[in-house]
Amino acid sequence: MEQNASSEEIEAKVAENSVQFLSFTLGDEEYGVTILSVQEIRSWEPVSKIPNVPNYEKGVVNLRGAIVPIIDLRERFNLEHSEYTNLTVVVVLQAVCRGRNRTMGVVVDSVSNVMNIQKNNIQSAPDFGTKVSTEFINGIASVDNRMVMLLDVEKLLKLDGLEEDEVEESDD
Amino acid sequence: MSIDMAQFHQVFFEESFEGLAVMESGLLNLDMGDVDSEEINTIFRAAHSIKGGSGTFGFNAVADFTHLMETLLDEMRDGRRQVTQTAVDVLLGSVDCLTEMLTAIQAEDELDEGSVNNHKKALEVELNGESASESPVAVASVASEPVTIASTDDSERGWKIVFCPHTDLLKTGNDPVRMFRELAELGDLDVFVDMQGVPSLLDLDPEDCHLSWTLILKGEIERSDIDEIFDWVEDECDLAIQPLTEEVKVETVTEIADVVPVESVEAVTPETVKTETQSKETKPAAEKAKKPKAATSSSIRVDTSKIDTLINMVGELVITQSMLSLVGEHFSIDKVDQLKTGLIQLERHTRELQESVMNIRMMPISFVFSRFPRLAHDLSSKLNKKIELKLVGEHTEVDKTVVELISDPLVHLVRNSLDHGIEMPADRVAAGKPETGTVTLEAYHRGGNIVIEVKDDGKGLNKDSLRQKAIEKGLIEESTILTDKQTYELIFMAGFSTAEQLTDVSGRGVGMDVVRRNIQALGGSIEIISELGVGSTMAIHLPLTLAILDGQSIAVGDATYIVPLGSIVESVKITDDMVNRVAGKGETFRLRNEYLPIVRMHEIFHVESAKATNLMDGLLVVVEGQGVRCGLFVDDLLGQQQVVIKSLEANYRRVEGVSSATILGDGSVALILDIPGLVRLSNQ
Repeated sequence: MEQNASSEEIEAKVAENSVQFLSFTLGDEEYGVTILSVQEIRSWEPVSKIPNVPNYEKGVVNLRGAIVPIIDLRERFNLEHSEYTNLTVVVVLQAVCRGRNRTMGVVVDSVSNVMNIQKNNIQSAPDFGTKVSTEFINGIASVDNRMVMLLDVEKLLKLDGLEEDEVEESDD
Repeated sequence: MSIDMAQFHQVFFEESFEGLAVMESGLLNLDMGDVDSEEINTIFRAAHSIKGGSGTFGFNAVADFTHLMETLLDEMRDGRRQVTQTAVDVLLGSVDCLTEMLTAIQAEDELDEGSVNNHKKALEVELNGESASESPVAVASVASEPVTIASTDDSERGWKIVFCPHTDLLKTGNDPVRMFRELAELGDLDVFVDMQGVPSLLDLDPEDCHLSWTLILKGEIERSDIDEIFDWVEDECDLAIQPLTEEVKVETVTEIADVVPVESVEAVTPETVKTETQSKETKPAAEKAKKPKAATSSSIRVDTSKIDTLINMVGELVITQSMLSLVGEHFSIDKVDQLKTGLIQLERHTRELQESVMNIRMMPISFVFSRFPRLAHDLSSKLNKKIELKLVGEHTEVDKTVVELISDPLVHLVRNSLDHGIEMPADRVAAGKPETGTVTLEAYHRGGNIVIEVKDDGKGLNKDSLRQKAIEKGLIEESTILTDKQTYELIFMAGFSTAEQLTDVSGRGVGMDVVRRNIQALGGSIEIISELGVGSTMAIHLPLTLAILDGQSIAVGDATYIVPLGSIVESVKITDDMVNRVAGKGETFRLRNEYLPIVRMHEIFHVESAKATNLMDGLLVVVEGQGVRCGLFVDDLLGQQQVVIKSLEANYRRVEGVSSATILGDGSVALILDIPGLVRLSNQ
């Protein structure tokens, strides 16, 4: 009991001024998502393709009975596509979107680390104008002199078409 | 050991709503001329248990309200009051009001005091208006009978109450002491206990009540107040309440000569004290229900026999499993046959288990149908029409979700039939039809579907005016040629209303399109058959369950798709001479005397690995959905199987041409095709 209490205290203190992120790489770039949104990390497996959707939406897989879409982050961010190998990693993320818990897998090159980032070390994303889309980037942190882009999972999970659900129902 | 009463609230609400439904259907069935006392009894019992429950849980507003209804019903039951149409209407109104009250309490909303008071007043008027003049309350003959008579008849001197509880009174959670205390609040109370019935200590069961009491209550007290206090225990005791007259007084004195006077209500025998503490404990919980939103949790009542079957199935499954593991432990090639039998058994048990689990979710359609007699009753008086509503096949079972979701569309259809379908009595007579119109609600199984029909013998749909209207509203061109079926389909278009004048019942021009969409969302379809002057029928076809679908898997390249078996008409291999091109592009083929469009799956779904690109190489699956037929061009048919439907939208989004997804035997995901969506897609 006492140990639990003390470890909880430590956790609470850490949580107060720092956030844990899972970092992964896409090419030379390093990205991070808050660890609480990560459900699991899997290896790439073939997906069932969905017709008539953007290229980066790779398809859906069966994740223990639930149908979960897989997104290629490289293509999402307009980076060049790389071949999928056995080492390609899928990070399964979840977040609450419009009151519903959504789960989605994102394809990344490799998962690198779990890191504690001090809250005051996070700066807001720089504005590149329209040249580079920074809509999914929550902020930027520097870890060991490397720049890590922190992603907004909720925005990431809101696929372009997801908003249209309600709209679609009213036409037809 | 306080008991959290909140955990029982959900059950209480469910039971109460069921009770209200019973009351409503009972009231509607009451035949004014010849009242069946059993019918009133049923209504009375429902009211009584709602009152009991709400009192227990501290919903006093409900308890008070129900008490009035109960009093009225009780007088009807005993034949002391005529069953009149006004009384029934007042009671029906009260049922509605009660439903609202309970709904409000369930949602933890404020009660609508105004409407509650109005209904209360109506009930009171009904009660007092006649009871005072008509029935002087019969008191004399109630020596050993439970009494619940509310009357204005009070005694100036007081009451003598002989209260002989049955031995198991305490087990029902009732507490004489508390009742006496309540009595003491009414007036001057003397309590005399009769301990003659108490056995020796050895034989004494402390949970039994062996005491009886004689109570003298002095003061100007309404008899109904006393009745109310004893109301909870009336079935568990012998009770006699008499006005305290001179003669009674004398009698009491002699009678209670050998009865020990009890000093105060508080000093009582140990066993009653025990129950008293119990009842105290329940009080705080009953005060005001503070619980998380109960509306989200839903429960289902299941026939015990269904559960028994399920348990049997699981037992069989366990046996098969142990047999298989035995085979697996020391496996040698000569045991292959044993393994095969085991697997066959396993397959059978799994299927049966699946069926019985599905069965649990099935409930009779009467849950939906039961609300319609009331609707017909209310509407026919509002519209001045004579309408008879027939319910057929209420016991047809469908999935709970279907039952819940079909109810609103059905209400709409029935309302339409009542309002627009059935003509006014005079018009009906003029048309040579019986004055009373008939609306039939029928449910039956056909194949893997349930069909619900709303049939009326009214005026039917007028094709010409439908067409005219559609042209006026710009929904179709003047020159458009429509088949009968297509003409009827017009009423499903948004913004189309056939009502010559709008009523507050229906005909607002929204509706039928919503109805159709709701039904489609359930995976069903709706069809209209109508004949001018004879009547119309709306037939809704719905899948029995939303969880499982009979599907045909088809292959297009390396992708597998599932086509709902119900929508497949046939599969054909076509030859060159069957194919025609329209304007050089749109492909059609001729199937018997019909030209059907060809939908090339690999093209509209952009499957690059498709094997068959030449129409002669693949197969055409002729499918039908919402009245549209087309031929799906696919590589091959794979096999029929039952698939479990999984939502694509839960984590993803709606995809045009795809209704949902499923997981195949190898763990991969296959998309289930949405035929109307595919047709739309191919038209783009």
